[in-house]
This record gives sequence, structure tokens and C-alpha cells, in this order.
Amino acid sequence: MVVGIAHYLTVSAILFTLGVFGIFLNRRNIIVILMSIELILLAVNINFVAFSAALHDLVGQVFALFVLTVAAAEAAIGLAILVVFFRNRGSIAVEDVSAMKG
Amino acid sequence: MLTGLEAAFFYLFAFIAVASAFMVISSRNPVHSVLFLILTFFNAAGLFMLTGAEFLAMILLVVYVGAVMVLFLFVVMMLDVDFAEMKQGALQYAPIGAMVGLILAAELIVVLGGYTFAPQLASTVAKATPDLATRSNTAALGDILYTDYLYYFQISGLVLLVAMIGAIVLTLRHKPGVKRQSIAAQVARTPATGMEIRKVKSGEGI
Repeated sequence: MVVGIAHYLTVSAILFTLGVFGIFLNRRNIIVILMSIELILLAVNINFVAFSAALHDLVGQVFALFVLTVAAAEAAIGLAILVVFFRNRGSIAVEDVSAMKG
Repeated sequence: MLTGLEAAFFYLFAFIAVASAFMVISSRNPVHSVLFLILTFFNAAGLFMLTGAEFLAMILLVVYVGAVMVLFLFVVMMLDVDFAEMKQGALQYAPIGAMVGLILAAELIVVLGGYTFAPQLASTVAKATPDLATRSNTAALGDILYTDYLYYFQISGLVLLVAMIGAIVLTLRHKPGVKRQSIAAQVARTPATGMEIRKVKSGEGI
């Protein structure tokens, strides 16, 4: 029962696939789509950390740190846009977004 | 890499992470989704801890669960949305989503099953991880983050600053009819503008 990098990559692949599937499953709900994106970024981070540990290279963790930073910024901006959109239209359904042009 | 009790904990963390990730995308209530996402992050932090990436595990808990997920929770609870109505017809896209997911999973499994490390990879390590006995993970990360990756670190700070200003600019609104303090107007007050002297005749009023 030796856990190697392949196990970590498998977990991260499953999380990534679940994130992509979540975007399709909750196509109408922007909040859950944002959460699915967080899942995808978490899967990427697990990959970085697993390779960093397997290769004894610290740069993978530095890059994972930057991924976390950008993900936090993305979540903040996404939620701000969501709040503004909800104030203007009274709903967060994705289909209504196309009605915002003009 | 991990054996014995560590391997058992790996399977525990991995199983809970995957199961709660599934609950994130399938639960009906977005509040439950956020809470399951928090559980996923906790278990991912456990996975990080098992590889020795202590600092990232703590950052994931403190910054991600403590700030970003609470922001999600705040927005979900603040918006008054009928989520049950939103779930109507959601399964319409499930087949194509399952198809895309299966194709992605198959591709990833093919890649995972077929890879080997190149033999020259060991000599291309950019920054070798120091021994945990001599330098802790956090100190080692700080060593290279504040020297070789200083500009990237500054740029990531700039990204956060822009995100913060952007979020404030997007959501700030000035309601009309709300009395606000104007310090410049208060400071610029003189006796001439601040008061009016009237001669009131006795017994008559104004």
C-alpha cells in the first residue's frame, strides 16, 4: 500500500473532471459554476504540489502559491460582478446575461 | 512515497475530498455546496500536508477557507434567489456534461497510465527542496520566494490590489437622498455662511 505520485495525480484528475462536469450540470447557476472553477484550480494545485514533492523541487509550491493568489482574485471579481448583475436584473440565471448588451 | 499510516490517511483524505467535491456539484442548495467545498479544501489541505507542503496547506485553510469561501457563503446568503426554480431543467445538460467528463477522464487516465519520468529530469531541478531537518518548508519557501521570485511575488500582490479595487468599484453605489459628511464643506464654514443674525422685535417673534 505505497502511495506515490500516481495516486495524487488520480485524485487531482477526478477532482478536475468533477469540476468540468459541474459546469455542465449547473449551467443555470453562476455561483455553482464559480465553485466548479475553484474545484478545477484545486486539482491543478494538487498536481503542482504532487510533482513538487516527487521531484524534490520547491518551485512547484511557489507556482501553486501564485495559482492560489490568482484564484482568490478571480473569485472576488466574479462574485462582485455577480452581485452587480443581481442588483440590475434580480436573477443570476446564465441565460439572462445575453440580455445585458446595449 | 507514503507508507503505512500515512497511506491510510491519504486514502481517507482523498476519498472524502472526491465525495464532497461530488456533493458540491450535485447538491440542491448552494449553501450546502459551499459547505461541501470547504470540506473539500480541508481534505486537500490534508493531502498537501502529507507531501510536506505545510505552508500551502495552511494558506489553503487560512486564506481559502477563511476568506474566499466565507465570501462565497456571504454572497449566497445575501442574494435572494429562488434556487429551486433554477434547478428546473438542469438535467437537460447532464448527458453532454457526462460525455465531456468521461472523455476528459479517459484522456487523463491514458496520460497517467502511460507516463514515466524522463531520466534527465533529476538534473533539471530548479530549486531543490532542502532537508526538513535543516530548513522547514515555510522557511525554504520564503528563501526562494523573496529572492529569486521577488518580482512575481510583487506582481501577485498587484493582482490582489487590482482585484480589491475592482470589487469595490463594481459593488459601490451611492444612494440618492442619503446625507453624507462633507469634511471640506465643514472646514470651509465661516461665521458669515454658518449663521444668520436677525433683529427680533420684542413681543412679535420671527
